[in-house]
Amino acid sequence: MKIKKTPFKLRPIVNSERRHVNNNRKPMLEIQNLHVNVEDKKILDGLNLTIKPGEVHAIMGPNGSGKSTLANVLAGRETYQVTHGKIQFGGQDLLEMSTELRSREGVFLAFQNPIEIPGVNNMVFLKAALNAKRSHQGLEELDAADFLKLIRQKIKTVKMDEGLLHRSVNEGFSGGEKKRNEILQMAILEPKLAILDETDSGLDVDALQIVSEGINSLRSPDRSIILVTHYQRILNYVVPDYVHILAKGKIIRSGDKALALEIEEKGYGLNDLSQSA
Amino acid sequence: MPEASLLKIGFKIINMETIETDLDSVLKQEYQHGFVTDVDESFLPPGLTEQTIRQISAIKKEPEFLLEWRLKAFERWLTLREPEWSTIHHPPINYQEISYYAAPKSLEDGPKSLDEVDPKLLETYEKLGIPIEEQKALSGIAVDAVFDSVSVATTFKAELEKVGVIFCSFSEAVQNHPDLVQKYLGTVVPQTDNFFATLNSAVFSDGAFVYIPKGVRCPMELSSYFRINATNTGQFERTLIIAEEGSYVSYLEGCTAPQRDENQLHAAVVELVAMEGAEIRYSTIQNWYPGDENGKGGIYNFVTKRGICKGDNAKISWTQVETGSAVTWKYPSVILKGDNSSGEFYSVALTNNYQQADTGTKMTHIGKNTHSTIISKGISAGHGQNAYRGLVKIAKNADNSRNFSQCDSLLMGNKSGAHTFPYIEVKNPTAQVEHEATTSKIGEDQLFLCQQRGISAEDAVSLIVNGFCKEIFKKLPMEFAVEARKLLSISLEGSVG
Ligand SMILES: Nc1ncnc2c1ncn2[C@@H]1O[C@H](COP(=O)(O)OP(=O)(O)O)[C@@H](O)[C@H]1O
Ligand SMILES: [Mg+2]
Repeated sequence: MKIKKTPFKLRPIVNSERRHVNNNRKPMLEIQNLHVNVEDKKILDGLNLTIKPGEVHAIMGPNGSGKSTLANVLAGRETYQVTHGKIQFGGQDLLEMSTELRSREGVFLAFQNPIEIPGVNNMVFLKAALNAKRSHQGLEELDAADFLKLIRQKIKTVKMDEGLLHRSVNEGFSGGEKKRNEILQMAILEPKLAILDETDSGLDVDALQIVSEGINSLRSPDRSIILVTHYQRILNYVVPDYVHILAKGKIIRSGDKALALEIEEKGYGLNDLSQSA
Repeated sequence: MPEASLLKIGFKIINMETIETDLDSVLKQEYQHGFVTDVDESFLPPGLTEQTIRQISAIKKEPEFLLEWRLKAFERWLTLREPEWSTIHHPPINYQEISYYAAPKSLEDGPKSLDEVDPKLLETYEKLGIPIEEQKALSGIAVDAVFDSVSVATTFKAELEKVGVIFCSFSEAVQNHPDLVQKYLGTVVPQTDNFFATLNSAVFSDGAFVYIPKGVRCPMELSSYFRINATNTGQFERTLIIAEEGSYVSYLEGCTAPQRDENQLHAAVVELVAMEGAEIRYSTIQNWYPGDENGKGGIYNFVTKRGICKGDNAKISWTQVETGSAVTWKYPSVILKGDNSSGEFYSVALTNNYQQADTGTKMTHIGKNTHSTIISKGISAGHGQNAYRGLVKIAKNADNSRNFSQCDSLLMGNKSGAHTFPYIEVKNPTAQVEHEATTSKIGEDQLFLCQQRGISAEDAVSLIVNGFCKEIFKKLPMEFAVEARKLLSISLEGSVG
C-alpha cells in the first residue's frame, strides 16, 4: 500500500485544542451495528461509533472502504440501504428522519464532490437553506438585508471572494472554491454534527490551511465533527480527538492522532486490500 | 400603473358548476341541448353550418362586411384538414358536436359562496396569495360594490380616452370602429392561414381591440383582466392591436389563477400591427385547465399569434409563460417587414403529468438590418412532452439581418420528453443566424444537495426551475413575473417523489 507523502511544516498543537476531549455528556451520535448495502453489495458490515458533543473524530481508510457511504447514510441519501443497525442523533432515531429534517435538526454533510446547480444563485440558495432551518426552529426568516450582513461576516472565515456569492451554486468554481463554499454553508447553518467528506482532497497547501482554519473556527463544545480523510495531512491543522480506521465495513482500529501518523508510515496493514488504494 | 391587486380582478368568469373534464361527456351534454328546437339567442345548438355563422353574426348585429368575411372563412375551412405535422396527439375533435355561441353567463348562474367552489381550486388561490374577495370574483361569485371591477375599468377607460387610446372588446370595436376593424382584420393572420385560424375567422366569439394613435405612449399596461363584458370569450377569442407610428403599448393577457372552461377546444387568433417606430410588447400567462394527473380532460389550445413590423424601426416582443392546457399548439411570430425592425420571442413552456406542448415562433426577415431574438425554455415533468418548433426565414433582400436563438430544455424524471425542431431558411448571404440548444436534467444529486441543506424537494425544484427561467421572467412586467414564479412552483407540485 502506497501512501503519498507530502512534506509539511508541523504547526505546534495548542493545548486548548484538546479542551473538548473529556466530557461526560450524552453522545451526540451513536451508531450501533450498522449494515449498509449499495445496489445489493454489502459496504458497511456492523459499524459502531459513538461521538460526544465537542469531539472531532477522524475517519481514515482505503479507497472504497465505505467512508462516503457512512457520510451519505448519516445524511439520509436513499441510494444507500440500511439493512440493519441503529443510529441515535441527540437522542432521536436518525434513520426515521427525512433528509431535510436531519439538516434542520443540525446534521451537515460537506460533500466530497460538491455538485453544481446551474441557474440557482449561490446567495439565494444559502438564504433558502438558512431560512428553512430558522422556520423549523420557529425563528423569523431573515430578510435580504440581514442575510447580507450575516454572509459578509461568515465569508471571512473561509476567505472566499464575494463574487462567488453572485454566481450559480458551484458552477465553474475551482476545486478549492467548491470546498470553501461547503465550509461557508457550514458556517451559516451552524450544525450540531458536521461530516466533512474529504474536504482536504484536491487542495493545495494554502487552500488547505484556509479551509482548516475555517473548520477550527467552527469547533465548539456543542458541535461534533467527523473528518473523513484519506491523508493525515489535514490532521496537522485540524487536530482530532480520535482517529478511526474503517476497513472491511467496520471500524477496525481507534486511537488518537498518533494512529494517523502510524498509518501514514506503515499503511493500513491490510494486505488483502492493498491493491485497492 | 394600476395596483397589482386590482389587476387580478378576473374578467373571465369561471363557471364553477361541476366541470366536466371528459370530452365525450361534455360533447354529449351539449348534444342533448341540441334537441332544443326554438332558437335561443343565448345559446346555439351544436353544429357548424353556414346557418350557424349567419346566426352568430346576426346575434352580434354585425355589419355586412364581417358576415361576408366570416362566410368566406367558413367556405375555406370546409376544404381544410387539421394539421398533422406537430408532436401533439389527441383524440379526434368532432366539430359538429360543439356549440359555437353562448351568451356571456350571468353571475346569478354562478356559485353563491366559496363553499360551493371546488376546494382544490381554492387551495391554489390560497397558494397564489389571492385575497378572499378576489377569490370570489375569480370563482364567478357576484361580489358587492367594494369590489366593483366595472367601476375600476371605467376609471382606467377615462384615462385612456384622454390620450386617444381605444381599448375595448372586439364586439364593441365592430360596432364603434368598424372602419379600423375592416382595415386591419386578417391582414396579419389571413383567413387562409391554417385550419384553426380559419375556423376562428368563421366563428370567433369576442376578444380585445386596442388602437394606439400616432406618437402615444400608452399610459398603463393594458390587461385583459379588466376588460368589461368579456366573459365566456375563451373559446374562439380574437384580438387585434394596432400601434400607429411612434407609439408604444404593453399588453398583458391571461392570469395566473387557474382558468377553467367547459369548452375543451380553444382556437384563438391574435394580430399585432406595428407601424414605423412603434413598439408592441405582448405578454401572456396561459394557465387553462391542464387536465388531471392521469391526463384526463384539459383544454386543447390551438393558437395563432402573429405580429407585423410594418414600418421601419418597429418592434414586436412576445413573452409567454405557458403552464396550462392539456395541449398547447402555438407559435407567436413576427414578420419583420420594415427596415431595422426587430422581433423577440421569450417563452417558458411547462408540461407536467400528461400535458403536451408544441410551441415556438416564426421570424420572417424581409426588411434590411432586421433583428430577431428567440429564447425558449421548455420544462417537462411527469409524462409531459415539450417541443420547441421555430422557423427563422431570411428573405433575399434582408441584408445584414441577424437572428439569435437559444432553446433550453429541462427534464424531470425519466418519463418526460423534450424535442427541438429549429428550421432555418436563409436566402441572403449577409445574414447571421445563430442557434444554441441545451438539454439538462434535474439530477437526484442536485435535489439531495438541496435537501441536505434543509430545503424540501419541492422548494428545490422550484429554485432550480425558476433559475432556469430567470431570463424570461425578467421580460415580464413586475407583478406578472412574481406571479409567474409562484405559478411554476404550483404547476410542478407532485412532480417530485
Ligand atoms: N452510488 C453507488 N453505486 C454503486 N456503488 C457505489 C455507490 N457508492 C459507492 N459505491 C461502492 O461502495 C463502495 C464504498 O464506496 P465509498 O463509500 O465511496 O468509499 P470511500 O469513500 O471510502 O472511498 C465502493 O466499492 C463503491 O464502488
Ligand atoms: Mg469517499
